[in-house]
Amino acid sequence: MFSNFFQYILSGTATTVSVTLVALPLGLMVALAFSLAYVYGRTPIPAVIGLYSTLMRGVPPIVLLFILYFVVSGSVNLSPFWAGSLSLGIISSAYQLEILRGAILSVSGGQMMAARAIGMSRWRAVRYIVLPQALRLAIPGWSNEASIVLKDSSLVYALGVTEILRRAQQLSATTQNPFLAYSAAALIYFLLVFATNRLLDWIARRTRIPAHF
Amino acid sequence: MAGPILEVRAITKKYGKNIVFQDISTTVNEGETVVVIGPSGTGKSTLLRCINLLTRVDRGQIYLDGREITAPGTDEDEVRQHIGMVFQNFLLFNHLTALDNVQIGLRRVKGMPPETAYQKAMAELERVGLADRAGHYPGQLSGGQQQRVAIARALAMDPRIMLFDEPTSALDPELIGEVLEVMRKLALEGMTMLVVTHEMGFAREVADRIIFMEGGRIVEEGPPEIMFGAPQNARTREFLWKITELYGKHEGQGRGNPG
Repeated sequence: MFSNFFQYILSGTATTVSVTLVALPLGLMVALAFSLAYVYGRTPIPAVIGLYSTLMRGVPPIVLLFILYFVVSGSVNLSPFWAGSLSLGIISSAYQLEILRGAILSVSGGQMMAARAIGMSRWRAVRYIVLPQALRLAIPGWSNEASIVLKDSSLVYALGVTEILRRAQQLSATTQNPFLAYSAAALIYFLLVFATNRLLDWIARRTRIPAHF
Repeated sequence: MAGPILEVRAITKKYGKNIVFQDISTTVNEGETVVVIGPSGTGKSTLLRCINLLTRVDRGQIYLDGREITAPGTDEDEVRQHIGMVFQNFLLFNHLTALDNVQIGLRRVKGMPPETAYQKAMAELERVGLADRAGHYPGQLSGGQQQRVAIARALAMDPRIMLFDEPTSALDPELIGEVLEVMRKLALEGMTMLVVTHEMGFAREVADRIIFMEGGRIVEEGPPEIMFGAPQNARTREFLWKITELYGKHEGQGRGNPG
């Protein structure tokens, strides 16, 4: 009985992981482009991106999720899974953009100047000198955002996607044991977040620049 | 001496109403070492940055090998490849080893194949005496070693002229000598150099010509014998007297041979 119970919730885990694996990289790609445009873009661009970031971060994710879901699914025919994942990715892009922007600005301007001095174009200097250092600096903040997206993926439950929380709720209803059902969900989330953070810690250690602070 | 490599014609740089320097004109010939001295805040560093096109001049022209590089439409990235720059605070790329610092311009700017770039970079590190530190990151090198790697990085691009912006000012006294030694060697090898420095021993020994700048203008210029022996201008005399009193002491201890 118990193993069935656990297996049932576990089958929602694949969906949770999938939602996260769509939302996080999507958010990262958008954030990377936007953060570069924010820092290096010409006059109206930083202001526009700043507004995007402020609006996205100023509204609860669940509210944005509903808005984006109805906008997205109103214009294209998408399953709740895809609409939810894409929406979460867009929300996350605003946070990731701020993480990356901070990291890019933390790389001293001298690095850019030295790169230009050997004849690198602005773009090459960003690509080969600034970004490799900025991305390293961004890992701790990004690790935090990754765990938030992983946990926020439970929000797509509201769209009817059967991920961990949805499964737990169904079990709670059928077994009349909500404590056990939700505790099992909590445990799975915790293990996923824990593993993600450990993985990123490991990457941070592996890519550390020797004797550099 | 061969013809001019760098020619600066009446350049002026302003930040708003604040004039950094005005109507500066000078020429650096091939193989020549020109040292710029003067009190801080007189626009010496800005002058170097303008020559390297890292900062735009407000008026005047700069010519490199007879070609105007301040002309509109100039490919500035291409120009900078031919002008080596060494900064006061080294500015090595923090995430790269000494070897990669020297190599990256060859790989990513000149598009050299990896093997050729490696050979060239190692040769440049050899030139500054740091081949055995090739695998070290900037944080694992002393200030003097970092500055020598920075010199190798600039040299690797085979520049027509090397600009030095107070290359020893950020160094502990005991590390200055090794950097000046490399620069002295470069001058002897016939590298064209424009050096901003307070190292009077180096200026006296290595410079073909010394430019004294103050208040955004060239006050006086001439060969070291005259500038140190019998400067014409009262301000030059005063400055040299002050700076020799300040830095003079450790000069006798092996760095730079006066006269």
